[in-house]
Amino acid sequence: MKTLPVRATATAGLALLAGFAVLAIVLHLAGYDALLAIGALFRGAFGSTDAFVSATLVRAVPLIILGLGIALAFRAGALNIGAEGQLYAGAIAATWIGLQVGSWPAPLAVAAVWSGAAVAGAMWIVLPVLLRLRFGVLEVISTLLLNFAAEAAVSYAVTGPLRESSGTYPQSDPIAASARLPVLPGSRLHLGIAAAVVLAIVLWVLFSRTVWGFRLRAAGLGPRAAEISGRIPVKRVLGVALLWSGALAGLGGGVEVSGVTYSLFQNLSPGYGFAAIAVALLARLHPIGVVVSGVLFGALEAGAQGMQREAGVPAVAVAVAEAVVIIAVLLAEAAARRSPSRQPATPVAPG
Amino acid sequence: MGVPRPPDGTLTLSLINISKQFGPVAALRGVDFAVTPGEIHALLGENGAGKSTLMHVAFGMTAPDAGRIQVGGRDVVLRSPRDARYHGIGMVHQHFTSIAELTVRENIALAAGRLQVGEVLRGLDLDPEALAGDLSVALRQRLEIAKALATGARVLLLDEPSAVLAPAEVEDLLSRVKAFVRAGGAAALITHKLGEVFAAADRVTVLRQGAVTLRAGISEVTRDSLVTAMIGGPPPGREQGAPSRATAMRSTAAVHLGTVPIHAGELIGIAAIEGQGHRELLRRVVREHDAVAFIPEDRTTEGMIPEMSLAENIALGRDEDSRWTRGPWIMWSAVREHSRGLMQSFRIQATSSDAPAASLSGGNQQRLVLARALESEPPPRVLVAENPTRGLDIRSTSEIHDRLRRAARSGIAVLAYSSDLDEVLELADRVLVVREGRVVEAPPGADRRVVGNLLLGIPGSEAVR
Amino acid sequence: MDIELVLAGFLAAAVRIATPLLLAATGELINERAGVMNLGLEGAMLAGALAAAIGSVAGGPWLGVLVGVGAGFLVAGIFGAVVIGAGAQQIIAGTAVTMGSIGLTGMVARTAFGPEGPGLTIPTFGPLPIPVLREIPVVGPALFEQSLLTYLSWLLVPVSGWFLFHTFPGLSLRASGESALAARAAGVPVDRVRMLATLGGGALGGLAGASLVLAQVGTFAERMTAGRGFIAIAIVVLGRWRPGGVLLAALLFGGAGALQFAFQALGLEVPYQLFLAMPYGLALLALAGVGGWGRSNAPRELGR
Repeated sequence: MKTLPVRATATAGLALLAGFAVLAIVLHLAGYDALLAIGALFRGAFGSTDAFVSATLVRAVPLIILGLGIALAFRAGALNIGAEGQLYAGAIAATWIGLQVGSWPAPLAVAAVWSGAAVAGAMWIVLPVLLRLRFGVLEVISTLLLNFAAEAAVSYAVTGPLRESSGTYPQSDPIAASARLPVLPGSRLHLGIAAAVVLAIVLWVLFSRTVWGFRLRAAGLGPRAAEISGRIPVKRVLGVALLWSGALAGLGGGVEVSGVTYSLFQNLSPGYGFAAIAVALLARLHPIGVVVSGVLFGALEAGAQGMQREAGVPAVAVAVAEAVVIIAVLLAEAAARRSPSRQPATPVAPG
Repeated sequence: MGVPRPPDGTLTLSLINISKQFGPVAALRGVDFAVTPGEIHALLGENGAGKSTLMHVAFGMTAPDAGRIQVGGRDVVLRSPRDARYHGIGMVHQHFTSIAELTVRENIALAAGRLQVGEVLRGLDLDPEALAGDLSVALRQRLEIAKALATGARVLLLDEPSAVLAPAEVEDLLSRVKAFVRAGGAAALITHKLGEVFAAADRVTVLRQGAVTLRAGISEVTRDSLVTAMIGGPPPGREQGAPSRATAMRSTAAVHLGTVPIHAGELIGIAAIEGQGHRELLRRVVREHDAVAFIPEDRTTEGMIPEMSLAENIALGRDEDSRWTRGPWIMWSAVREHSRGLMQSFRIQATSSDAPAASLSGGNQQRLVLARALESEPPPRVLVAENPTRGLDIRSTSEIHDRLRRAARSGIAVLAYSSDLDEVLELADRVLVVREGRVVEAPPGADRRVVGNLLLGIPGSEAVR
Repeated sequence: MDIELVLAGFLAAAVRIATPLLLAATGELINERAGVMNLGLEGAMLAGALAAAIGSVAGGPWLGVLVGVGAGFLVAGIFGAVVIGAGAQQIIAGTAVTMGSIGLTGMVARTAFGPEGPGLTIPTFGPLPIPVLREIPVVGPALFEQSLLTYLSWLLVPVSGWFLFHTFPGLSLRASGESALAARAAGVPVDRVRMLATLGGGALGGLAGASLVLAQVGTFAERMTAGRGFIAIAIVVLGRWRPGGVLLAALLFGGAGALQFAFQALGLEVPYQLFLAMPYGLALLALAGVGGWGRSNAPRELGR
């Protein structure tokens, strides 16, 4: 695989700038002190080492893992918009397993929690995969709808089977200590960051140097040619890619539970599943790029909390910036498609 | 409507000194072309000569960089097909532009710009409520003409209308055009087939590399003078010492098409009309055999992945080749080296093996697909080619024909389908015709007429077996 | 329990719940027939809901409707500019538009209504009974004591059908959705047609959001549309891209939503999350069921 082209990085930078600009304008129009808000955003993300390590990087972990899963699916030509729901499925499984493994040695407990979460995530995407392969149902819609179903499932879990023993709040008991991830001393940064980076490297090697990765890329860039000239079973490749995508999203949920929340409750994710789409697109689907853009969006999310604290802006407002980033990247891709000198850039969006 | 018509309703379309540049390429250079009532004016040239561009200008689909367009003697500006229609110009496109999911009536209404189209339907022999997609190819062509006429066109531009028709259907088409012209209409016939020019045209203009190289009445030209004007030199000869009738090894058949056996070393030409099942039969051959090299019809969507590099495209379908794979790993450096070798031996012009396939010209893309097909390890035993020279200029076409013959001589069973009957006849040792999903063999030495009748299933034509 | 009363109550609730779905789905039907799938519909609905709430508080429910429609129109306009004007990929752009709308409405709602929301302070539309028809047993109160917006949603069904299949603009629109290339060759300004269809669809989406607030729920809460925009897209598929089919499909989903009340009225104990998840499960089932023989009905340009 070629080194990251200058053009892609420049596009990413401009997209981020656009995101911030539009956010600032919107904040101002809504009556907030835009400069204060943006400043609070930066301080919340980068203001201190503690902010960077404990707030930004911690939030980067699920974004990177989910972003890798989404990038994997996109590269195969499949649109997984259900990472949020798969994350929750993983979180439910992780919590349940985490409550059972108290007597296990820590490495085994964590392995069980993580694998269970990944399997749950894959199971949550199985139905959309079947619908796509057998009935041609667009996986966009089916994965999207299952997000809502997952939220309902979490609600049911924390008010029913997984409800805490004291029964006061709709949340689960904390998971066993052996299932909790070790943290960097003096911070909240947990082992998940290592997993995220390792996964990124693995995916990069897979894409650039293996037959499996080549076939996946071919299936995504030219499904008909891949089928006819490449003798690649495109449907199977698509299905497998989606399952792995779901597994990664589920793993992200498991990592969150075992590293940050230690329990299950509603709205555990501030929209990681959707932000991860922006993460993947901004990185132009390149696994190492996903790490970088994951950190950037982690900063956005961490900064959003700071923005809420200091400037009273609801944290959800940051979704505006994320949306603008996605649109900016899509526009850049559309412009590149039109220009006569076609770069060998990774087409960002399937279809 | 548009320019005021002379009382007899006739219109002349004049393109004067038209020039058009696409980036560094000069598609048209100072071309004059006029279409007058009562005559069919043929526009001849090989692929890439500028015929389509000129017609796009005439129909308002492209704006010329320089030159004037006159209708009925008055200067006009055509900003879109709507303007062209307004001025009485109609176009019958090469690729059908009917919408399959709409009815005949709806398609005509759309073209006419209004819902009431009763009078156009009369005399057409078309069922107004039939879905356009259910029509046979010849009827769809008739629908195309109806659409052009529905707008009140008095000048018809026909863009390679016979590409997908059998000889008898082409005759029907040309007779309809002649009737239109006799009634005062004017028609321009774009084609690269000399046979049609002599069959229908009153006047012919030849384009080569964007400029007019010959303009004459039909009685003043010969086949050779036309070909010379088209390619700027004498027609390319066959490769030396290459008789097209190869001695086939009459051992067991290498492959079957339908029930017809095909032996190693034979170059089989396959003739068929669209929709008669040839594609399914050919692709079944590809699916059911290993060691099959395949050149699919649509190179940009089926043969290669435009966004991937040349090297990656070479690796497509060759990802278990021991020359560059070890277990799960691909060694791209080995692929690149192999690709560079292929670029040399097949004369593929590209900036490097990392250039995206989309940046190659049509001819080079086809060479790429051919190179990959032929150079596999182990070498193929069967080669299936669908319209391998479609859209290519004469030289590339000739080159590909030679490659096919060479492949056959080296012992590969070659099955070549072409929608151009003349190409099939020229290439093949044996001709197979596919009709309604079944394969019949044409008698040895059969000519256009005989094969054409087989294509249409006209009884009384003799078939082997 | 008087079974007639329960049935009438159930039907009335079903129709009421179906109304925003029907409005949004009819809008989406129009732009999908033109070849545009607008996943930003959810965002248009949400924006319409918030705008309607604010407008109604400011100047009564009719102003709310006007502002709601306008908000939906604007959201669709952004989507259209990005996708049709610039040629960006439809599906992801639509998702982004919805994300942006969620962020924007979350922010504006806080400013306008404070952290608690508007509660029950929003002037709404009451039921508009139709004199003679309401007397019909069971069906009468269910169908003919609805709000004006519900009647409007029904009226739009034959109107959209007539527009699509019996007018020339409708023919141009359908042509754009089946083959942009052929439509252009026939002189249809495909981009303009698609843009207008998208704007129309967004306006109806905004109206749907407005009706959700002003004729069903009665208040605004963050993310209150809860995926209705996406369900509307499933409804279009289930309805085989025909206005009549869309009406039936919308009623089906309305019924699923009303099931909760029926169960409660009949004294059946089911965890409420099941009803929460039901519409989405139903949509998936519908997509699968239709998928076998319905997909061929999709406008061919969709998703390209």
